[in-house]
Amino acid sequence: MKTEQDSPEKLIAEASVEIKNADGLHMRPAMQFVDIASKFECDITVSNDENSVDGKSIMQMSMLAATCGTKLKIKAEGADAQEAIDDLRELVEKKHFDEPKPEDASGTA
Amino acid sequence: MGFADFVCFEAIIPELKAGDRDGAIVELVSALDKAGRLGKGNCDGIIKEVIKREKEASTGMGKGIAVPHVKHHAVKDVVAAIGVSSTGINFSSLDKKPVYSVILLISPMDSPDRHLQAMEHVFKHLQKEKFRKFLRQSRTAEQIEGLLREADENPQF
Repeated sequence: MKTEQDSPEKLIAEASVEIKNADGLHMRPAMQFVDIASKFECDITVSNDENSVDGKSIMQMSMLAATCGTKLKIKAEGADAQEAIDDLRELVEKKHFDEPKPEDASGTA
Repeated sequence: MGFADFVCFEAIIPELKAGDRDGAIVELVSALDKAGRLGKGNCDGIIKEVIKREKEASTGMGKGIAVPHVKHHAVKDVVAAIGVSSTGINFSSLDKKPVYSVILLISPMDSPDRHLQAMEHVFKHLQKEKFRKFLRQSRTAEQIEGLLREADENPQF
């Protein structure tokens, strides 16, 4: 007997996010992203215009070369997809990886 | 962007002498310095900063690869040195395995985008098992330069 609740793997959540920190998605932010993504059971895919990569692989995330202002699509598939998307969106757009935004850098350099 | 745009071919070390992380970093930064790519009097400072960065979080990404890097005012554009170790180096990598290919990147303070593009290029190729195998099997700097130039010319490689 299968109901929708019995097939949590079919849950899909998506978000479009913009990289806001001045240095972009370099290794440290990419690590933070992978650390959070890896806490979830769901599969996480991150795409730019050209590539789709595994959001739980630091090497693949580094291949996005996502500079400040780049828009990325995050797609999660699995039971905890929505929570994963919420946490990742907060990391990228609200916390901007705990790094300065371009406007913060001016004047302090 | 291709390897030829940022790799300093005079700073390719086909067999690293060092058996440890810090020693490998010293060899690679010194090779860039000897090639005249780091300006005057910056070599020791850069070595210290790369090691400090490495202690904060290992750049050993798994699959036998490490990419130690820092931003430094000594360079105007991204410059890289490459070292290969046949015995393997402990880089405290994510997968806890030894590192056989070290790509050291020094990036300018004010162009984060160039740094990201160089990293992307490095990982695009080092993702591929064939590329890693050829790199590890190279015995001379000329062979490594040839491999990098071939990768630039033939994106399918």
